[in-house]
Amino acid sequence: MTTEPKIWNTLERDYRERIEAARPYVMDGKVVEAGDAVKLLEAVIRPGDKVNIEGDNQKQADFLAQCLCEVDTEKVHDLHMVQSVLSIPAHLDVFDKGIAKKVDFSFSGPQAGRLAEYVRDGKIELGAIHTYLELYGRYFVDLTPRVALCVGVSADRNGNIYTGFNTEDTAVIAEAVKFHQGIVIVQVNELVDEVPRVDIPGDWVDFVIQAPRPFYIEPLFTRDPALITDSQILRAMMVIKGIYGEYGIQRLNHGIGFDTAAIELLLPTYGEELGLKGKICSYFVTNPHPTLIPAIESGWVKTMYCFGGEAGMADYVQARPDVFFIGPDGTMRSNRDYAQTAGHYALDMFIGGTLQIDKYGNSSTATASRIAGFGGAPNMGCDAKGRRHATPGWMKCGEEYGMHDELVGDLPRGKRLVVQLQETFREKMAPGFVDKLDAVALAENAGLDLPPVMIYSDDLTHIVTEEGIAYLHKCTSMADRMAAIRAVAGFTEVGMAEDPAETAALRERGIFKTPADLGIDVRRANRDLLAAKSVKDLVNWSGGLYNPPAKFRNW
Amino acid sequence: MALRELNFTFTPDEPRPFPVGWSHRGVVGSGDMEVMFEQRDLGGDVQIKVCTPVVGFDEVWERVLDRFVRESQVSDAVIEINDNNATPVVVSMRMRQAMEEARKEAE
Repeated sequence: MTTEPKIWNTLERDYRERIEAARPYVMDGKVVEAGDAVKLLEAVIRPGDKVNIEGDNQKQADFLAQCLCEVDTEKVHDLHMVQSVLSIPAHLDVFDKGIAKKVDFSFSGPQAGRLAEYVRDGKIELGAIHTYLELYGRYFVDLTPRVALCVGVSADRNGNIYTGFNTEDTAVIAEAVKFHQGIVIVQVNELVDEVPRVDIPGDWVDFVIQAPRPFYIEPLFTRDPALITDSQILRAMMVIKGIYGEYGIQRLNHGIGFDTAAIELLLPTYGEELGLKGKICSYFVTNPHPTLIPAIESGWVKTMYCFGGEAGMADYVQARPDVFFIGPDGTMRSNRDYAQTAGHYALDMFIGGTLQIDKYGNSSTATASRIAGFGGAPNMGCDAKGRRHATPGWMKCGEEYGMHDELVGDLPRGKRLVVQLQETFREKMAPGFVDKLDAVALAENAGLDLPPVMIYSDDLTHIVTEEGIAYLHKCTSMADRMAAIRAVAGFTEVGMAEDPAETAALRERGIFKTPADLGIDVRRANRDLLAAKSVKDLVNWSGGLYNPPAKFRNW
Repeated sequence: MALRELNFTFTPDEPRPFPVGWSHRGVVGSGDMEVMFEQRDLGGDVQIKVCTPVVGFDEVWERVLDRFVRESQVSDAVIEINDNNATPVVVSMRMRQAMEEARKEAE
């Protein structure tokens, strides 16, 4: 029997064909003129390709995204977009124009409403909504992009890329694509003779394009202290005393919420007064939040590893190399993949806010008309089962775990703290606690296999509202947990079902604590307690090194 | 939007008469409210008047205020609330703050 010899390098052959088709547009080394970018994309992208447009929190391949919207749909169509973020209009315009048809992604904040509309109208076939690590993992399994449109600060003619301190996803995308014979195109703000630092080696990059304008960046992690409310300050006091202090939380993540900004600004005042300096909050994995400046300057923070940068924080970060992760070139490098991994395994606690918590303790940021995605919260907001090192907070939470004996027997095991900060009612009286999550209706409307739940009840250990703290992990049954949730749910529909006798019993068992139980004087919950009351105060704390974006300069 | 007036009277189980002549807390900013307490002999009762633009939450108001009275046992006062869309969270907090301030002042 004779058989055709099997061809083992079809990917490489395909790659060479595409590179050949792009040859007319390559000027010098790997440089392509911005004016030829659309033609380049038409030459190297084929119908049905998986394509990634790099979209981080802090830097967007916005010029290349725009160019992709301008390709000839006769040549390029039916693309499968595989990318972490859908945040700029161009990310959805490619579907509107019939260039792309399917998407697998993680987060869609600003485009969430439009995404839901397109899914409903059949303009987008939705693969799945992932957590970041999950999507990066799939880049190396069944969602490897054929072509990646990436972004950096500068490049040399050989394609060596400097990402600046917003490295974020560039490394993981370029590696997945290039090591599967795919094509990597990078837009940069400037072409230089020598990059300050090689973040992506030139042989992983096929083409570089100097974009006509610097990449888009949004100060996503900047919270103006002037907007922090008294109820946020009350919750922050409860968290510092009843959770951080109680468990000796040394390793943690803070997200973008005003609640955690309030905690950051209370460390040098209320935290100091409680004698907690050095005992809590020594190691952060987070973006460089301007509201952390007073705590850093007061000597609270030993190290801070970053997912990405933050607008206006570059000079400050560079001037604090003991705290941040700074390269030999003197600037920070970030990496969302490593920060998420740290969030999963190296931190004692996740803390964050959400839109809705149901009566069982499941939470979601999805509403019936918005497909918002998750971002990083579920990776950090879960009890990573692969963890094997002990820290005091993790051990204490494990010792208190009410279901431990049922599930593990008499062996010791720690437990990650997963804390949700929730206002019982948000603006316009939208309840923070509900009988059933809107995510369930969304899953039905959008034909999803799974309602998009951000944090599942069995991972959640604590809920903090202005009513007090529910120590849910101490519960020994679902009935207990539901009663504890009713106790913190205030005057929402869920909270109205509270039975005062049941709540009193939970207080006896230390499962529910009010501010008074925690020894917190609610009169003090006001803005006088903030270490900085305005963006101007933050600039002063930084010794002038923090350079806030124009929209935060109101003086 | 037109303001509505809601009136409530509560009788705490173990009345603790309001300890000072007058107390005030908060501002009528958006999402906030002001509350004024005035000492008056009501034979162990407490009267609360709420001026609010919000419609459809009368029962929530009653429960928030009832719980405040149960927890504080405040009596013999006229309480006036000028609301501008404060959430129950803010209402409870402003009430507790004003009450604790007054009791501190009386010590």
